[in-house]
Amino acid sequence: MEVLTLLWDGILTAFEPQNLLLMFIGVTAGLFIGAMPGLGSVNGVAILLPATFLVPPTSALIFLAAIYYGAMYGGAISSVTLGIPGASTAVATTFDGRPLALKGRADRALVTAALASFIGGTVANLLFTGFAPPLASVALRFGPPETFALMLLAFSTFVGLGGDDVPKTIFSVAFGLLLATVGADPVEGTPRLMFFGLEAFRANINFLVLAIGVYGIGEMLWTINSTRNKVTMTEAKISAKGIVDSAKEASGAWRGTAIGSFLGFFVGILPAAGATPGSLMAYGITKMTSKKPEEFGKGSLDGVAAPEAANNSASTGSMLPMLTLGIPGSPTTAILLGGMVLWQLEPGPRMFSDRADIVWPLIGSFYVSNLIAVVVNLAFIPLFLWMLRMPFTILAPIIFVLSIVGGYAATEKIYDVWLIVIFGVLAFFMRKLDYPVAPMVLAIVLGPITEETFRQTLTRSRGDFGAFFESAIAAPIIIIALLLIFMPLIKSIWRKLRPRKAREGT
Amino acid sequence: MRKAEIIGAIVFALFSIYLMWKSGEVASWDTAGRFSNLWFNEYGEPETGFWPFALSVIMFICCIWIGVNWWRRTSPPSRSTDIFLDRFGINMLITVVGGVVAFVALSSIISMYFAMTLFLIYYIGILGRNRWVTTLSVALGAPVVTFLFFEWQMRIVLPKGYAEPVFLPLYDIFLNTGAS
Repeated sequence: MEVLTLLWDGILTAFEPQNLLLMFIGVTAGLFIGAMPGLGSVNGVAILLPATFLVPPTSALIFLAAIYYGAMYGGAISSVTLGIPGASTAVATTFDGRPLALKGRADRALVTAALASFIGGTVANLLFTGFAPPLASVALRFGPPETFALMLLAFSTFVGLGGDDVPKTIFSVAFGLLLATVGADPVEGTPRLMFFGLEAFRANINFLVLAIGVYGIGEMLWTINSTRNKVTMTEAKISAKGIVDSAKEASGAWRGTAIGSFLGFFVGILPAAGATPGSLMAYGITKMTSKKPEEFGKGSLDGVAAPEAANNSASTGSMLPMLTLGIPGSPTTAILLGGMVLWQLEPGPRMFSDRADIVWPLIGSFYVSNLIAVVVNLAFIPLFLWMLRMPFTILAPIIFVLSIVGGYAATEKIYDVWLIVIFGVLAFFMRKLDYPVAPMVLAIVLGPITEETFRQTLTRSRGDFGAFFESAIAAPIIIIALLLIFMPLIKSIWRKLRPRKAREGT
Repeated sequence: MRKAEIIGAIVFALFSIYLMWKSGEVASWDTAGRFSNLWFNEYGEPETGFWPFALSVIMFICCIWIGVNWWRRTSPPSRSTDIFLDRFGINMLITVVGGVVAFVALSSIISMYFAMTLFLIYYIGILGRNRWVTTLSVALGAPVVTFLFFEWQMRIVLPKGYAEPVFLPLYDIFLNTGAS
């Protein structure tokens, strides 16, 4: 019952005028960011984080979480009306959303998406509220080896589940971790990796510098290069009556919604998985278990509801490890986590006991933001459609300006702005060559804690690596992590062995 | 694309070697010399260079691995016959990145505000060929909003360069702390 009291207090705090206003702005901005092709929640959160220094950390977190939510709703708008996903999280929504729009039923697709998102978000919030406090209390007993094991697990999920090229993923993780070591050594204070002897590197490279470079500059370059400035949309007629009628029809999509809501949450918890694979999996499973699988891809409402419920649910799911264990469940939560460090909060299980004044209002805000998002989404669909007509040649320079100004405001050093530009160009080339960039951003955020716990463990054991396997919690986590890292290798060996067995059998 | 893949791997591999060398650097007051910090000290504690060195070794191994995949043609870019960057891509990089670099460079000379206006006029008006009314309203509106948000509300001073005197009257209006 204590949880309910805390939650209720949290919701009340979320309802304070300033927070309510921030949620409204955040959700609206998020909807727009999500709807704009080339921009997703992670870009929005990275670029707008510096703007939140204006308000206290609690409100800042509430605002950024609202952007996250809004973006999950917004992705569907462009998936349906443009036929291209507004964010990678809404890729699966195009499969059935687009055919519906081409049949002149865009309103039904959009309303179903919004309602499924709302239900997905609500289910995930309830699951979150139930799971988070016990998980945090278990995690409270974690020492350095356990924490290091968790970090390793977070990185290994990218290798085992990320689906990208394995050596390139590991390279990206190692590079991100290495960037986190630039500057003064946290233990001894000696300067490390002072490139070209520049004094500027004595301070650590702020994670925001990399995040804004990758998601502000790099992603924009990528989008300009791949869309060739030719993003065009088709009309979708929306009327108030249409929304009401559609809402009645949307209730038929309950199966997709239910599958998406639960599946999304659990997939969202995994650091490498998150909303994009969550929504694709939800779509696949809904189709597989459907009585009319042939309707999928031709405009099934279930096919719209499943991925949309899943991506909202996954966004809440990815907050679970962030708030309880201090490891982010998605790139967006990695940036939120970095923000918490900037605000001198110590993310991790202690947040629940020491900073209940921040955790519970944030959780409360999930509920309220979700409600605001569905209302704003349904009420302003025509407005968002109008805004989507903004040419990319206007949006892109604005994003560049926001990245540069925001990046400067975060650290107030012009050399950081140069780093942002360098990282942006680097990220563009890395993406061109299929190097995943998300693990790099996650790694720079988790870098300091990973190194610290690694060194603490070894210092305590006087250099004995066996210490990582002595703990009853750390050992299994490390073994799972290693299995995940070697999974692609095991798989390829398995594949080579099987045909031979098959041949021998015949 | 195939050529770009291996060039990328070689560049990253060279960079990893540089990082290994760089990790071995010790503080100026340390007499033990380069690479003395890469292992454990006499108390069994890992020294400062241990972690970054280990990471650069991992990066280097990955680069070799990528090279092997390239040779065996198992990764998609190593099989692709697409051009890595076509004419549009190269033009885009030159015009867009050039614009951004000029924006940052000008920020420390003529202030971030004027640089921003020039950049927006360049991008929206010249590159994007949008209407001049749109271009100018964004280009002139953006610095005003930025000033009000960052300098007035957040009290974060953006670079002004040699244009500092132009902003003095604005400081008087917005940043007056009420002392007078």
